Amino acid sequence: MTDTISVSGLLKNFGPTRALDGLDLSVRTGEVHGFLGPNGAGKTTTIRILLGLARSDGGTARLLGGDPWKDATDLHRRLAYVPGDVTLWPNLSGGEIVDLLGRLRGGIDRKRRAELLERFQLDPRKKGRAYSKGNRQKVALVAAFASEAELLILDEPTSGLDPLMEEVFRASVAEFVAAEGRTVLLSSHILSEVEALADRVTIIRDGRAVESGTLTELRHLSRTSVRAELAGPAHLDRVHDLVVHGDRVTFTVDNADLDHVMRQLAGIGIRSLESRPPTLEELFLSHYEAVA
Amino acid sequence: MFAGTATLLRLGLRLDRVRLPIWVLVLAVMPAATAAQYQDLYPTDADISDVSGILANPALEAINGPLFSVTLGGLTAWKIGATEFVLVALMSLLTVVRHTRTEEETGRLELVGSAATGRYAPLTAALLVASIADVVAGALVAVFLAATGLPVAGSVAFGLATTVTGLLFAGVAAVAAQLVGAGRSATGIAAGVLGAAYLARALGDTGPTGLSWASPLGWAMRTRAFADERWWAPVLSLVVAAGLGVLAYVLVARRDVGASLVPERPAPEAGSLGSPFALAWRLQRGVLFGWIVAMVFAGAVLGGSANGLSDSLGSNQELTDVLARLGGSAGIVDSYLAAVFGIMGLTIAAYTVQATLRLRSEEASQRVEPLLATPVGRVRWLLGHLAFAVLGTPLLLAVAGLAGGLTYGLETADVGGQVPRLLGAALVQTPAAWVLAGVGAALFGLVPRWSVLTWGGLIACFVALELGALLGVSQWLIDVSPFAHVPKLPGGSLRVAPLFGLTAAAAVLVGAGVAGFRRRDVG
Repeated sequence: MTDTISVSGLLKNFGPTRALDGLDLSVRTGEVHGFLGPNGAGKTTTIRILLGLARSDGGTARLLGGDPWKDATDLHRRLAYVPGDVTLWPNLSGGEIVDLLGRLRGGIDRKRRAELLERFQLDPRKKGRAYSKGNRQKVALVAAFASEAELLILDEPTSGLDPLMEEVFRASVAEFVAAEGRTVLLSSHILSEVEALADRVTIIRDGRAVESGTLTELRHLSRTSVRAELAGPAHLDRVHDLVVHGDRVTFTVDNADLDHVMRQLAGIGIRSLESRPPTLEELFLSHYEAVA
Repeated sequence: MFAGTATLLRLGLRLDRVRLPIWVLVLAVMPAATAAQYQDLYPTDADISDVSGILANPALEAINGPLFSVTLGGLTAWKIGATEFVLVALMSLLTVVRHTRTEEETGRLELVGSAATGRYAPLTAALLVASIADVVAGALVAVFLAATGLPVAGSVAFGLATTVTGLLFAGVAAVAAQLVGAGRSATGIAAGVLGAAYLARALGDTGPTGLSWASPLGWAMRTRAFADERWWAPVLSLVVAAGLGVLAYVLVARRDVGASLVPERPAPEAGSLGSPFALAWRLQRGVLFGWIVAMVFAGAVLGGSANGLSDSLGSNQELTDVLARLGGSAGIVDSYLAAVFGIMGLTIAAYTVQATLRLRSEEASQRVEPLLATPVGRVRWLLGHLAFAVLGTPLLLAVAGLAGGLTYGLETADVGGQVPRLLGAALVQTPAAWVLAGVGAALFGLVPRWSVLTWGGLIACFVALELGALLGVSQWLIDVSPFAHVPKLPGGSLRVAPLFGLTAAAAVLVGAGVAGFRRRDVG
């Protein structure tokens, strides 16, 4: 499989602050790639470099087989972008803005546009200034989903959307990638969204990728939560966050130690057992708690 | 109903703690500074009566209103009155809309409204903020005028006229803010009323006096400061201001927070914009149309003012000298016209700067990023906006020149001759204004955060022009301004070398800006 986006060792400085510090990112064609990190980790900076809006200070970045800075105009024919904080022209109506962005990207499918307006319940006849945050976001989303792009770059696209619209958004992303050869880069800090949509995930911290892979792969590297009722007193080693309430215990265990801990439990005698793979949130926190 | 007004008032004053003092200071100093300037220029009443002949012409009356008394005070009130009253009205209406409809539109008022505030509190607080500014400004105007040695009664009358005019337009804005949903529209309505008041007064002062009495600005002038004051005129304004205030309260009680009395028209469901230039046209056309209307009016008035000038002016050597330095020495009327078009060129350069800096405001508001993430190239987007600075400038100059040529031609029965002369006099200003577009583009491309300094460049040109009217200023200080190199037409000789030079300088600056913008990060 080829990569739609491949970034390695990307550097970007803003004055004395280093925003990107050797970032690696590869997004395979046809996948939804979750790009995770808290505010200020460098997600938006990376996207701005990929869009040719900012220039990197080092490292390489390739997008759809081209150079995002030099070939910006040509590459932009093949992608659509939704920023995290959409600002609209106060005097243009939502419909006009959708059409403007569509035309600039080389045409718009009227039927699909009408369908998306309906689905997102967006009134296109309001002036830009009259939209709420969520509705401004919808204007950009409708314009992007109505395009014929191969690549969608979404930078925290659902901020301000209500849960119903969040659901519509997820369905639209799934529908978008269902067509052959289409790719989505989804930057987010809403973990449930990424968990529901992404095939693979890259977690970044302080301008570097700290983890990358499928969710299954990432989980494998992490801990499992266990809750058990035991026949005797709990004497366990190689476990974390152990809480004992009489014969009930809860703890987490590194997946590499799972086998060892289970033998210990079996030795004591298990009355009931519940185990749960780590959520993305736990994965995420495990990378960030280190800093805190 | 009024609960929380005191808190909102404090908030309003806190938010305006820089803006309003500047407004008030400008309003307070302007009349006294004018008086001091005239004191130097015309030390005796005899000097004043020498120049009063020039002042009696209809064009200047359209701008300044009638001159009620040939004294230092009368001349001061005449010269600065129209400007002072328009500015105090603007201060008040902007303040009231900012603290009512704009707050409501952005949703900030809802935050406040959900706290323990009464229905009338925001409007009351806004009116109080504006009233405080109006009263302080009027009081300072009176004190400063009296301090320059003018009669106290006249100073107080002028200050009072300033205050009540402000209050009246605060009332206008309070009503406008209830009518429409957007702060900009409310400001537009209130400013439209102000514009109509100005126009009615201008027409009334040159023809049917009844029209002047239909205008609050006419009332302010007819307070006749320093000329047998009419104390009931400010009372008239106060009564109208109070009436408008009451109307605003009635309207507030009848609507929901965030709602407007005039329903928002639905905007178009679909659009035909499909290129960066089409978008730029859509965003910039309103400003351009506004300028065209203003330039038709300004050109016509200034062209019409030239003819009555020659006789009365010839006797004042000092004024003749000033005009000769500003406008060249080819006959007094031509010098005057050349000086007028020099000032016109600088004024239109404000449009040039405004149109150029739209680039920066589009970038700073982050509206440009989604555009540049489409196949629209950076240069194409930049040129789309710059086209307005580059083409709009000669268009506006041509409009002013045509209007001036027509009115001057009609007065001298030489339309065929004067139209091309004054058109030329206007159009030669183009390359100098382009240089400012170049400065704006270069700053935008190379140091975007400093783009706003372009306005500093325009101010520097104005200062150089003012200095040019004085003797004993080093020439290089004046030559900094591109406008100093424009041939003084009509009357002077049309030297094309400086025009090419200025155009080339502008082109180099634009080129530097484009090159810079292609290299730098956006945002």
